[in-house]
Amino acid sequence: MPFLYSNFGLLFIMSSLAQLTDLCQQVRRDIVRMVHAVSSGHPGGSLGCVEYLVALYGAVLKHNPGQFNMDGSGEDVFFLSNGHISPVFYSVLARTGYFPVSELNTFRKLNSRLQGHPTTHEGLPGVRVASGSLGQGMSVAIGAALAKKLNNDTSVVYSLHGDGELQEGQIWEAAMYASANKVDNYIATVDYNGRQIDGDVENVLSLGNLRAKFEAFGWTVTEIEKGNDLASVVDGLNHAKTLLGKGKPVMVLMRTEMGMGVDYMMGTHKWHGSAPNDEQLQKALDQLPVTLGDY
Amino acid sequence: MKEYTYTEKKDTRSGFGAGLSELGKTNPNVVALCADLTGSLKMDAFQKAHPDRFFQVGIAEANMMGIAAGLTIGGKIPFTGTFANFSTGRVYDQIRQSIAYSDKNVKIAASHAGLTLGEDGATHQILEDIGLMKMLPNMVVINPCDYNQTKAATIAVAKYHGPVYLRFGRPSVPNFTPADQEFVIGKAVLLQEGSDVTIVATGHLVWKALEAAKSLHEKGISAEVINIHTIKPLDEEAILKSVAKTRCVVSAEEHQRHGGLGDSIAQLLARKHPAPQEYVAVNDSFGESGTPDELMKKYGLDTVNIIEATEAVLKRK
Repeated sequence: MPFLYSNFGLLFIMSSLAQLTDLCQQVRRDIVRMVHAVSSGHPGGSLGCVEYLVALYGAVLKHNPGQFNMDGSGEDVFFLSNGHISPVFYSVLARTGYFPVSELNTFRKLNSRLQGHPTTHEGLPGVRVASGSLGQGMSVAIGAALAKKLNNDTSVVYSLHGDGELQEGQIWEAAMYASANKVDNYIATVDYNGRQIDGDVENVLSLGNLRAKFEAFGWTVTEIEKGNDLASVVDGLNHAKTLLGKGKPVMVLMRTEMGMGVDYMMGTHKWHGSAPNDEQLQKALDQLPVTLGDY
Repeated sequence: MKEYTYTEKKDTRSGFGAGLSELGKTNPNVVALCADLTGSLKMDAFQKAHPDRFFQVGIAEANMMGIAAGLTIGGKIPFTGTFANFSTGRVYDQIRQSIAYSDKNVKIAASHAGLTLGEDGATHQILEDIGLMKMLPNMVVINPCDYNQTKAATIAVAKYHGPVYLRFGRPSVPNFTPADQEFVIGKAVLLQEGSDVTIVATGHLVWKALEAAKSLHEKGISAEVINIHTIKPLDEEAILKSVAKTRCVVSAEEHQRHGGLGDSIAQLLARKHPAPQEYVAVNDSFGESGTPDELMKKYGLDTVNIIEATEAVLKRK
């Protein structure tokens, strides 16, 4: 069973998928409360990536939250390239022991370590590079993966990207490099929710056949059809790990629903970067009863 | 007056290549990346000696900057190599977010800076790079003056933790600084003591400033010459001490007048010690094709321009 570490170094075991499911629901409460508190932030993509980040930090990563170090030697490291979904990142980092859960209360406020988009600048444990300006995280992840190879460090590098983010050219520079240089200790995941700020990705700038594109770029591509089903995500990421070390980078195309868990935020791009008002917050929280306790 | 001589002319980019090779032998954490300009950057020796620590990224500079940032996570000290144009303007946002804001220990080695790139013309002759880089919080900006100093600077920046922009060039220029010099980041070098004017120069203009000082001496004008190899952080103390004595300044650089070394000096003087200043710099213009010498003449970056600027600033004292 996977291990989690508490805020202050006390070890406890997540004994069941049920406990991680409870964590998912609490993270969703955190997300809507965080963006509501400051009337800003990005709830849609955050809600859609809850299962991915909970699965990753709760069941897949080999990591040491209580003793964060920038180099991540001997640990798996993760890079969030689509930095605007910082609410889910912060909530999962806090609730898996990187920093006190109470600090979620400072999100996007003056003098906070929880900036609008993640940054190393304020020294928040768990963050290894700033992100927000899109398309840069894959290159950084590749660099970290190359450093691990040079250091004979067999741990794994992960990254997450938005599907709209793939419109950035740097992604394809990085994709070309990773396969040409056999960066096979790296698993990238695309949050394939089909939506971006201006509307459906298909209408804004179609990605075409994404699987075929990455395969043509020399990647091993695997898919998670149910990216909001925790067991499917855990299985999908564990399967992706079996594809490592075979001379190719690994891409996980993960289908999710933007706004998942809050009915009125689903089926639309409108909650990409909008916060709920008081009434809307209550409506969201009514759908997400407390599981592990609010921050 | 101190006499400066040199035995040979050498390109500053070869000083970088030599420094990188030495680092290859002495520091196993130093790695290098290049965007299809290995020969131009003189990185071939490092590549040959340390193929496992050399990353050819192809013509993809944005990716190169990101990979460099990632390599630091794991303790590496990456040097990126391409022309100054593609090291700055083309990848500004990547440097800003993934390197400077993220405080990554990346050394951006930028060759073929300025007009002296020559015949390739204005598409490749960046004259804005010092300004772009010095505006980034947390970025050190260095522009050494000859082969020996570029080699010393390359070795010095590997010992400093944090992002550095290291600018150098293509043409062969007098190699006059000592081979065994100590390079101290942020510490200006007083080359010539004088009492009438302070000439503050960087990069290829440093030798020309020494030539100008010699001519001025023959005209009875005593010029102090300071080599500002580090534009940021600026050695404010050295400049203020000199200006307190001379009460006027000429700044000289192979860069746009807007945003370069001259503006850093002007800002310092405005804040701490107002004094007349003349600029030797490119006046809000792109370059063009030509030989390096022809271009330096046409765009007013020659020894004679430093002399004229000195005469002009003396009248304003």
